[in-house]
Amino acid sequence: MANSLNHEMMNEHQHGHDGHHDQEELRQFGFWIFLMTDVILFSVLFATYIVLSGSTNGGPGTELFELNGIIISTFVLLTSSFTSGLAVLAMHQGKKNALINWLIVTALLGATFITLEVTEFMTLVHEGATIGTSAFWSAFFTLVGTHGLHVSIGLVWMVALMFQIKKYGINPVTIRKVNIVSLYWHFLDVVWIFVFTIVYLMGVM
Amino acid sequence: MLESIKKFASEFFVTGDPLIYGAMVSIGFTMIALVATLTYFKKWGWLWREWITTVDHKRIGIMYVIAALLMLFRGGVDALLMRTQLALPNMEFLTPEHYNQIFTTHGVIMILFMAMPLMFGLFNLVVPLQIGARDVAFPFLNSLSFWLFLMGAMLFNLSFVIGGSPDAGWLAYPPLSEKVFSPSVGQDFYNWGIQISGIGSLMTGINFIVTILKMRAPGMKLMKMPMFVWSVLASSVTIIFAFPILTVTLALLMLDRTFGAHFFTLDGGGNPMMYINLIWMWGHPEVYIVILPAFGIFSEIVSTFSKKKLFGYKSMVFALMTISITSFFTWAHHFFTMGTDANVIAFFAVTTMIIAIPTGVKVFNWLFTMFRGRITFQTPMLWTLGFIPCFVVGGLTGVMLSVAPADFQFHNSYFLIAHFHQVLIGGVAFGFFAGLYYWWPKVFGFTLNEKLGKWAFWTWNIGFYVCFMPQYFLGLDGMTRRTSTFGWDKGWYELNLTSTIGGFMMGLGFIFQVWQIAHSVRFMQKDTTGDPWNGRTLEWSIPSPAPEYNFAVIPQADEQDAWWEEKKRRAEGIVTVTEQPIEPIHMPGKSGIPFIKSVCWFVTGFGFIWGWYWMAIPGLIGIAACMLIHSFTYDNEYYIPAETVKHTEATLRGTM
Ligand code: HEM
Ligand SMILES: [Cu+2]
Repeated sequence: MANSLNHEMMNEHQHGHDGHHDQEELRQFGFWIFLMTDVILFSVLFATYIVLSGSTNGGPGTELFELNGIIISTFVLLTSSFTSGLAVLAMHQGKKNALINWLIVTALLGATFITLEVTEFMTLVHEGATIGTSAFWSAFFTLVGTHGLHVSIGLVWMVALMFQIKKYGINPVTIRKVNIVSLYWHFLDVVWIFVFTIVYLMGVM
Repeated sequence: MLESIKKFASEFFVTGDPLIYGAMVSIGFTMIALVATLTYFKKWGWLWREWITTVDHKRIGIMYVIAALLMLFRGGVDALLMRTQLALPNMEFLTPEHYNQIFTTHGVIMILFMAMPLMFGLFNLVVPLQIGARDVAFPFLNSLSFWLFLMGAMLFNLSFVIGGSPDAGWLAYPPLSEKVFSPSVGQDFYNWGIQISGIGSLMTGINFIVTILKMRAPGMKLMKMPMFVWSVLASSVTIIFAFPILTVTLALLMLDRTFGAHFFTLDGGGNPMMYINLIWMWGHPEVYIVILPAFGIFSEIVSTFSKKKLFGYKSMVFALMTISITSFFTWAHHFFTMGTDANVIAFFAVTTMIIAIPTGVKVFNWLFTMFRGRITFQTPMLWTLGFIPCFVVGGLTGVMLSVAPADFQFHNSYFLIAHFHQVLIGGVAFGFFAGLYYWWPKVFGFTLNEKLGKWAFWTWNIGFYVCFMPQYFLGLDGMTRRTSTFGWDKGWYELNLTSTIGGFMMGLGFIFQVWQIAHSVRFMQKDTTGDPWNGRTLEWSIPSPAPEYNFAVIPQADEQDAWWEEKKRRAEGIVTVTEQPIEPIHMPGKSGIPFIKSVCWFVTGFGFIWGWYWMAIPGLIGIAACMLIHSFTYDNEYYIPAETVKHTEATLRGTM
């Protein structure tokens, strides 16, 4: 009796392992762990920023921040997180076109965010704050820039994904990929909220 | 024109040192010989198909081990050069600059390019087999991890003949490692080499966590896993918390050097002390990352060669996990002397001493496992027995170092050098050797010559004590580390000479090991049983070497030491597992992308090191292209038909 039960379980298990479903779940779990390492990466950058936030070496400091622009880009990024959620929703309803369209909206918002960030950086450089100006600006550009780099990578990934969905439709692989991109996107949103609070809000206060 | 080429060449190639010319010539010859041999025997295609593009964890494991042993050779030569320079007072064998470069590269290579890959090699060779899995969770990523490690290591090693080696110590403390004090490209080679291989290590950590948590054979509860698997889990968890810190730290140093940022500089508001905190937040856990798997290996070996269940399994698991967590709260003991608040020092002194407790628990568990066991003294067991006293002494001197007031005396002296080599050689190196000896027959399908193995063991061990025991006294006598020479008046020469002799004995031990392998390959003793040591865990239940799919049928593992229990039942004639039908096996397909992508990383790193953006940017584009191509690859997988599996099994088990 017990043996035949074992037997059943084993077959069950084997099929589970080979099946696509299990494979995709595994990858999603792996991505969660990856995100954890990214959390540590950002924590270290935040810690360095906080340690160095007073080290302007007599040069320009947080007075160069332009809070209005930052609020706009924060709004843009938060909205994009919302639209990426809508994309996942459309995917679960099996609506391929809606899925692609929401991804396009998300990517456009993300691109706007990056454009705003690049403009901000250019203005700062124009006003004499570069990565080499002082420890404070080194930490600022590195922290904010790393977030921006993450967003840009997400953008490329998202565009690549649109082509894949167009070609292969909604299947276990693309479902996992969309889930992961959206998870990543929400994560970047959360990181940005910390950047907004710690760098900008506390900076101008 | 000619002048400017000459000028460039003199900066690009390292010149002026006969040792380095010798190295260049021998590297050149080896390369030519390698290319010629591969071409002559028409092996390029084979190399590409069977090794470079493989995603089989066992092959990746073998490549890690080979690379690690080559690096052990390089790091060992560095060590012997240093010991030669220190053999007698006023030696003029190495210049002080060269000495600085050698202790830097020796430290980096031994820890990052020897211990780490040897450890990953063992992870790959053993973990899937022990948990009854067909592969790791992410075979493609696994191959990428290996190639990133290799390219990083190559980049680092290249600095020896191109551009010049780094010389700011293995942890590259600023301001010494900043552009002002280290203007040569050596430090950039360091940054990029470690960074690239570090990404690989991080991914390996993720890969093995998922593998262990999600891919165990049915029935294998967490608390039934073999102890080595537990130690790999503990080590991998430590990796995923520690390596991102290293990534950031090196990236910031790179920004300082390449783009004139001011994180750790003396001017511009930078803070060198922040680097020292950050690097040790990685550095101390790193030491535990490499020692934890060694603990796992010893547990397996002690239990197998005593023919007893491991004593205190639960306390062992608890000890592993405690160590991996506590290791994050001790980093400041590396700079007690740099002027910190007394309370901070007290905190870190206490956390450091706390680690001794779980470590002691483990040692007692091993001793209790051996107690009243039927012990046999084959080479894996010898290394384990050699490890115990060595590690106990190393651990005790470590506790001595953690006593903050005493550390003001020992700090940066040869006492410290003796201590950490005792733990790193006696613990890590001996541990990984023990593992290699233990699993060798499983991996390669033949056993190693025991007699030569014993010679190797004894020369290594005696050499070890002869080399490092005198250094404790040298340290107490006031000899500081990184001293490149000393005078007759110091009275240090007998001890130093003894130490050097011990160093060369270890070199001899290494030669014995190489000889042992060569001899065993030549007079091959095939392991037909698949279970030469009468093992306890699942890897011994399959033929050696393991077929590419590992298990024809996924085993059931309801007990700890599942294979041992199964053997016991079979001996008693009890059949519990009914014969399973063999089904087609799903396998991941080969891929050249990991290799190509890693080469792109190499190109990118090399470009940035020299400030050649025409080279770095195409490299980056290559990396992105590889990622996209991989993302667009669907269905890179295949099935092994049941017939093939049956045929392979019959051949390997000798029933055909
Ligand atoms: C095989 C025999 C070995 C010998 C004879 C040896 C010898 C030495 C010597 C002479 C130094 C320089 C001491 C100084 O001047 O400060 C040194 C430093 C060092 N060794 Fe070893 N070593 C050996 C193996 C190892 C191993 C296996 C590891 C690690 C797994 C290791 C890690 C280090 C580190 C981290 C340093 C410090 C480098 C620095 O100061 O920046 N060594 N070793
Ligand atoms: Cu430490």
